[in-house]
Amino acid sequence: MSVELDVFVGNTTIMDKEVYQLWLNGYTVNDAVKVRIEGGVMEECEASAEVLLSDTMDQYRTFQMCERLLHHPAKLANQLLFQIPPDRQAMLIERYYAFDDSFVREVLGKKLSKGTKKDLDDVSTKTGITLKSCRRQFDNFKRVFKVVEELKGPLVENIRQHFLLPDQLARDYAAIVFFANNRFETGKKKLQYLTFQDFAFCAGQLINNWTLGAVDNMMEDMDVDLDKEFLQDLKDLKILITDKDLLDQHKSRVNNETSHPLSLVCNALRGKTNVFNEMEANFKNLSRGLVNIAAKLINAKDVRDFFIDLVEKFIEPCRSDKWTSIDMNLYLTHYTNSAHILDTFKHHAVWTRYMGVIKSCILRMYHD
Amino acid sequence: MPGKLKAKIVAGRHLPVMDRASDLTDAFVEVKFGNTTFKTDVYPKSLNPQWNSEWFKFEVDDEDLQDEPLQITVLDHDTYSANDAIGKVYIDIDPLLCSEAATVISGWLPIYDTIHGIRGEINVLVKVDLFNDLNRFRQSSCGVKFFCTTSIPRCYRAVMVHGFVEELVVNEDPEYQWIDRIRTPRASNEARQRLIFLMSGELQRKIGLKVLEMGGNAVVGYLQCFDLEGESGLVVRAIGTACTLEKISTFPATATHPNNSSPSKDMKDSPQAAPSTLGCRSTHSSPVHSASSRLSQGFSVSVPTLLFAGMKPRHRSSEVPRARQCRPGFGEEAPGVPLSSGPPTPLRAQTFSSFSPSKSYSRQSSSSDTELSLTPKTGMGSGGSAGKEAGPLKALLRQQTQSALEQREYPFFTLTAFPPGFLLHVGGVVSARSVKLLDRIHNPALGNTRSYKLLDWNSFTADEPETRDAWWEEIRQEIKSHAKALGCHAVVGYSESTSICEEVCILSASGTAAVLSSRFMQDGPLDTEHRLSRQPLCVFSTGSERVEGDMGSSASLGFEEVVSPGCGFCHIPYDELNIPFPAQLTYCYCCRRYKVPDVLFTTIDLPTEANVTGKGCLIQARLCRTKKKAQGEGNATAISSLLPFLEYELHTQLMNKLKLRGMNALFGLRIQISVGETMLLGLASATGVYLTALPSPGGIQIAGKTPSDITYEQHISTMQKKINDTIDKNKELYEINPPEVVEEIIGSPIPEPRQRSRLFRSHSESSDEVSELDLSHGKKDAFVLEIDDTDAVEDIHALLTDSPTPAGFYSCNTEIMPGIQNWTSAIQMFTSVRVFRLNANLTNQGLNKIFSDLCENLLKSLYFKLRSMVPCCLCHLNFTVAIPEDELIQVAVTAVAMSFDKEQPLENGKQSGEKTLIKAITENDEQLQFNLELNAETSSHNPLSSPKGLSEVGSHLSARASSLEKASPLPEGRSRSLRSNRSYSGSSVAVVKMTPLSFIPGAKIIKYLGIINMFFIRETSSLREEGGVSGFLHTFIAEVFAMVRAHVAALGGNAVVSYSMKECVFMENPNKNQAQCLINVSGDAVIFVRESELESTSVQTQSATTHTSNGGEGT
Repeated sequence: MSVELDVFVGNTTIMDKEVYQLWLNGYTVNDAVKVRIEGGVMEECEASAEVLLSDTMDQYRTFQMCERLLHHPAKLANQLLFQIPPDRQAMLIERYYAFDDSFVREVLGKKLSKGTKKDLDDVSTKTGITLKSCRRQFDNFKRVFKVVEELKGPLVENIRQHFLLPDQLARDYAAIVFFANNRFETGKKKLQYLTFQDFAFCAGQLINNWTLGAVDNMMEDMDVDLDKEFLQDLKDLKILITDKDLLDQHKSRVNNETSHPLSLVCNALRGKTNVFNEMEANFKNLSRGLVNIAAKLINAKDVRDFFIDLVEKFIEPCRSDKWTSIDMNLYLTHYTNSAHILDTFKHHAVWTRYMGVIKSCILRMYHD
Repeated sequence: MPGKLKAKIVAGRHLPVMDRASDLTDAFVEVKFGNTTFKTDVYPKSLNPQWNSEWFKFEVDDEDLQDEPLQITVLDHDTYSANDAIGKVYIDIDPLLCSEAATVISGWLPIYDTIHGIRGEINVLVKVDLFNDLNRFRQSSCGVKFFCTTSIPRCYRAVMVHGFVEELVVNEDPEYQWIDRIRTPRASNEARQRLIFLMSGELQRKIGLKVLEMGGNAVVGYLQCFDLEGESGLVVRAIGTACTLEKISTFPATATHPNNSSPSKDMKDSPQAAPSTLGCRSTHSSPVHSASSRLSQGFSVSVPTLLFAGMKPRHRSSEVPRARQCRPGFGEEAPGVPLSSGPPTPLRAQTFSSFSPSKSYSRQSSSSDTELSLTPKTGMGSGGSAGKEAGPLKALLRQQTQSALEQREYPFFTLTAFPPGFLLHVGGVVSARSVKLLDRIHNPALGNTRSYKLLDWNSFTADEPETRDAWWEEIRQEIKSHAKALGCHAVVGYSESTSICEEVCILSASGTAAVLSSRFMQDGPLDTEHRLSRQPLCVFSTGSERVEGDMGSSASLGFEEVVSPGCGFCHIPYDELNIPFPAQLTYCYCCRRYKVPDVLFTTIDLPTEANVTGKGCLIQARLCRTKKKAQGEGNATAISSLLPFLEYELHTQLMNKLKLRGMNALFGLRIQISVGETMLLGLASATGVYLTALPSPGGIQIAGKTPSDITYEQHISTMQKKINDTIDKNKELYEINPPEVVEEIIGSPIPEPRQRSRLFRSHSESSDEVSELDLSHGKKDAFVLEIDDTDAVEDIHALLTDSPTPAGFYSCNTEIMPGIQNWTSAIQMFTSVRVFRLNANLTNQGLNKIFSDLCENLLKSLYFKLRSMVPCCLCHLNFTVAIPEDELIQVAVTAVAMSFDKEQPLENGKQSGEKTLIKAITENDEQLQFNLELNAETSSHNPLSSPKGLSEVGSHLSARASSLEKASPLPEGRSRSLRSNRSYSGSSVAVVKMTPLSFIPGAKIIKYLGIINMFFIRETSSLREEGGVSGFLHTFIAEVFAMVRAHVAALGGNAVVSYSMKECVFMENPNKNQAQCLINVSGDAVIFVRESELESTSVQTQSATTHTSNGGEGT
C-alpha cells in the first residue's frame, strides 16, 4: 500500500519560505521533513509527519519546476505557468541568488569552469554546505558571469536588470564576476582573514575607478576589464621610487605634513612617537611596495596577485608596526596628497586614480 | 448566414530551441479554420518572433463558427526535412458569437504540445463579424449564452425558466481507430483533442437550438461530460436549464435579488414560446422505452431521509427479469424483505426508532414500473387534482410542440440555487442508477476513411435502437417518478454521471424533488391548465407571498397567510397520511404551522433565505466493496446486485455522521459510485447544517444486541461516552445551540399516523426497548446503532476516526457556508490529486479503512497547505474518485479556500424577520459607506465586516448593530496583502482568479464573457525524466490552469467562476516509462470589479434596487 501519486496545484502557486530555504540549502526531502518537525510546525497546525512529507515533496517539486525560470528571472515575470504574486517572485529570485559567504570565499577569483565545478565536493566538505547548494551557487555565478560578460554598460546595473536582483546582491555579483574575470588570487593563506565583503568592497572600488566604464560608461568596453590605458600609465609612477630625489622629497613632505604642529590629526600621531618613527623608517619600503604594485599591474599575472601584494607589501609591515587604522588613514592621505606637491611629479591624474582605490582598499583590508 | 472570422498573428515568445546548431528557431504559423489554412512568413532565427501578420479572413457559416475551433499551429521551418511542429493553440470562437460576451480575443496564449506541454506563447488577435441570421430553420444557435454557474448568473435576472435541455453526440474514439496503430502518439492525441473540441461545439450548438425553440436565450447550469467508452466510442453529453435572462442594468448588482418586477408582467414578457419551430430538426423525444436492451438493470433510491432503496428490472429484457425487491434498512422489517440473490448479509440489523410504513415501497415501485404517463396517486387530500394532471396533460402535450413535451417530460433543473420565491418545498433526494453493458456504437455512415466526420447520434436512432439516449431517458423517467412519489412535480439540483470500467457502465442521475413556484415557468395556453392542475400542490402548504400574484386561487383556498421564506422550503410537499418513506413529521420549528421531516437531504445549495443555526460542515461517507472479477453480463449483474447495499450503507454513514455533528440537514449531496474490476467505490459528500425549522436530531445510541459479559458492556458504555462527547464537542464547534423548545406545540387535529410516530419519539414516558439505556441526548429520539457484528463496530470506529478540522478551518461542498459571511478577498483555488496503490486480497473492512484514510489524509494535507489563510473555509470541496486500474484508487479534489474576517458572534435562532433586517442594514451600510467615501480598504470587503458604517446607522438598528460593531476591523496584515493584490495589475501577466463558486467575495461580476470548456491530453514517454507520475501530473495541471487563465485574459476577463475539473483520467505504464492524462475543465469567464472600486453612484443604484426587492420580500 503506497501513495503512488500526490500532487497539489494552486491557482496562485503556494510556496513556503521555510521549505524554499531548505530546498535551496540542498536538503533532501527527508532531511527537510526532519528539520520541519523539529521546527514545531506539526504541533502548530495539528499535522502529522505524513502530511509534512507530502507537503515537502510537493513544494520541492514546485521549486524544481520553477528553477528553470529562476535561471532567467526576467522570464518569471511574464511566464504563464505559475501565477506568483510579484512580491513572492522577488523573494524567490533573491533567495535563489543568495549565496553563502563561506562558499563564495572558496571560489572567489577562480575560473568559473568545469574544473572548478568538479572540485566543489571539496568545497562542500570544507564549508559544510551541501554539494547541491554549492552547485547552485556556483552555477548562479557562472550564469551571471556569462550573461554580463558580453554586455556593455555598467556591470551592477546590467546584473540588476537581467537578474532582477536587489541592489546589494547585484553589487556582490558584480564583485564575483569581476574577480572571476580578472582571476584575483584570494585563496592564499595570508588572505584568509579577509571576508567576502572586504573583497566585494574592493571590487566595487576597482570597478568604479579602474575600469574603462568608470571613465566613460558610454564606451564600448565593459566594466569587467581594467582600463588597459590606465594600467599602462601606472608604469609612469615608478619615477616616485626610481628617482632618488623624488623619493626623498616625497618622504620629507609626508613627514613634514604628519609632524606639522598645526595639523590636527598629527597631534594624535605625535602621542605615538613610536609609530611615527617606525613610519619614517619604513617609508621607502612602503612607498616602493605600492608603486611597484602599480607598475606591475599591466601584467595579467600581477593583477591576480594584486591583493596578496597589498597584504605583503603594505598591510603586513604596518601591522607588525602596530599601526591603527587611524594611523593608516592619516598616512595614506598624506602620502597621496604630498605627491602632488612634488616638483617633478607630473602624473597627478593617474596617481589620484590609483591611490584613491588603494587607500580605500587598504583601509578596508586593514583589520584582523 | 455567414460570418467573417478574422485572425492576426502578432508575435511569439519563449519559443523552444528547435535548431540545435544555432540554438534558435525559424518559426512560422499556420492558421486553420474548417478546411481553410493560412500561413505566416517564416521569422528566421529567433525565439521571440514578430510576425505581425495581415488579417487572415475566413468566411464561414455560423454553424461552423459554433462547431469548429480556430486552430493555430506553430512550426519550425526546415529547408531539408519536414517542418517540425512546435505546438498548437485551439481557440473557441463561441464567446465572440454572443453580443453580450467578449468582442475580441487578444493576448498571449500558451502554445501547447501533447508530448512536450507548453512551449512558449503566441500573441494573437481574433474577431468575428456576424451577420444576423433571421432564418427560422437555421441550424446554428449563435447568441445563446451558456453558463456553467448553477444559479441565475449575477448581473442577470431570470425572466423565465424554461426547463431541462439535454443532448448527446457520439463518435468513434480516434484512439481506438485502426489508423492509430500507424500514427504517432502526438497525431493521435491531437486527433482526439480536436474531435472533442468539435463535438463539444456541436453539442453546444444543438442545445442552443433547443433553447431557441423553447423561447429562451440562455442555458444556465450547463454541465457537459465525456464518456470515454474505449472501443465502443466516445460520448459527449450535456444537460442544462434553459432560461430567458435579462441583463439587470449596466450597473452591477447583486443578482441574488433579481426579482423586482411584478410576476404577472414577467409572464407577458416571455418570448413567444416554442410552438412554430417544429420540424426543423429531429428530436429524439419519442419514447424509446420499447427498445429492448441487452441488459439493463435498474436500481434506484429515493432518499428524502435515507430509508428508501429499491431495485427492479427496468425493462422486460431478454434477461431473466430480476423481479426482486430489496429494501435494506427498514429496521425490523428488513428481514422480511425478500432477497433473492443473497449477498452476504449486507443488512446490518439496525433499529431505527422510527416507524416505517411498509406500504411505501411497493407503491413506489409500482409507480416507477408502470409507464410513466400515469401519475402515482400521491397527491391525496389537498393535492386531489394531481391525479388528473398527467393523463390529459400528456395527451395534450403530444399535440403540442416537441420542446414543450420535453419540458413536461423532464421537469428537471440543473440549478442549485434559485431566485427567491421559486423554490417552494423540498421533498428529498431522488436518484437512479442503472448498469449497462457497452457495445460498439455501430454506425454504417461512420467509415474509417472519414475519421473526423462528426455524427449526430440522434439521426441514427432509427437504425440503432440501443442508444445512449434511451438509457438516459430511462433513468430520467425513473427520477421523475420518484419525484412524483414524493409529491413533487420538479427535480432541482439535477445532475448525471457515469462510471465506466471495461464494458460495464453505471449511469447515475440524482436531484432533489421539489415543488416550484410557477412564476418563472413557461407560459402558454397549455401551461395555464398545467398550472391549475398543479396549484393545489403549491398551495398545499405555503403560498409564499412573493408568488401571490400568479397564484391567485391560493387566496381563495384560504392559505394566503405568509410563511417566512426561511422555513417554507422545509415543509413537506407530500401527503402526511401517505408518507412515501418512513419519516417522523413534526410541526415546523419556525412557523409552527406546517409539517417538516426530521431530516432533510438535498442536492441543492442552501437557500440564502434559510434559517440556519450555527455553522455547517463537510460530511463524507466513504465505502469500498470488493467484487469478483467477471466478464460481460455476469459482471453487470454482480455490480447491480451490489449497488443497493452500497447506496444504503453510504446513507447510513451519512446519517450517523450527521447526527454525530448534531445537525439535521444535508445540502449539496453528491454520491459518486465508481466501478473497477475488483471493487466498487462509493463516496458521498454533502454539507451538513442545522436547519432551525427542523427538529433537533437525537443522539446516537449504541446497543449491544446480545447480552453478554461485563467487559462487553463496559466497552459499549465507553464507546457511548465517546460518541456523546463528540456530539457535544461538535455542537460547540459548529455553534449549534438551538433555542430550547418550551413545549411541543401540536396543532389539532393530529392525524393518526402522526400520533403513532410521535409515540415512538422517545419522550421520557415512551417505553421503547432501548429505554433502559441512558438516552443522553434528552427527550429527542436516539438513533440506535447495534453492535452485534463487526460491521457496526467498524462503523462506529469510522464515525469516531473522522478527525475534526483544525482550528480556524471550516469546510463545505456548497456555494455558501452557513454562518460565515464576512469573506475577505483572499481566495485560493486548488486541485489536488492522489493515487493510492492497494495490496491485493484486502477485505472489505481493510479497503474501507484505506479509502477513508485516503480521503481524511487528503483533507488534512489541504488544511496544512492552506494554514496561512486561517481563518478560512474550504468551499465547494468537490471530491472525484476513480479506479484507474485494478488496485489503484484515484481521488481528485478541486475547491477554493476563502479566508474570512474574525467571526462576529451571530445570535442563534434568529427569526427570519430579523434576518431581513440585517440585510437591510447591509444595504444601508453599503450605501452610507460609499456616500461617506470611507476608507477603501475596509469597504472592499463584505460590508458586514466594516464596523464603521454600521455605527453610523446604529441609531435605528440597536441591538444587532452593536453586536456587529464589535467585529474587529481588518487586521493589518490582510489589508497589506490587499494592497499588494492591487499592484499585481502592474505586472506583465494579468492575474486571473479562479473559483469553483459562482461569485468572488468582495467583488461584483459585471460581465460574463462566455463559457470556458477545454480539453487537453498530455502524454509522455519519458516519465522518469519528468519527475515521475507526480511530476508529470503536477506540470500538466499547472499547464491546464495556465491555459485557462490565458484564454480568460485574452477574452478580457480577470476571473473564472464556477470552475470545475470534470475529467481527470490518468493512466501510467511505469515499465515503459510512459503516462497519459486527459483533463477536461470548464467555467465561466467573467470580469469583476472590487466593490471598493465601484463608483458610489452605481452602488447607490444597486442598493436602491436591492431595497426594492427587500421591500417586496417583506418582513
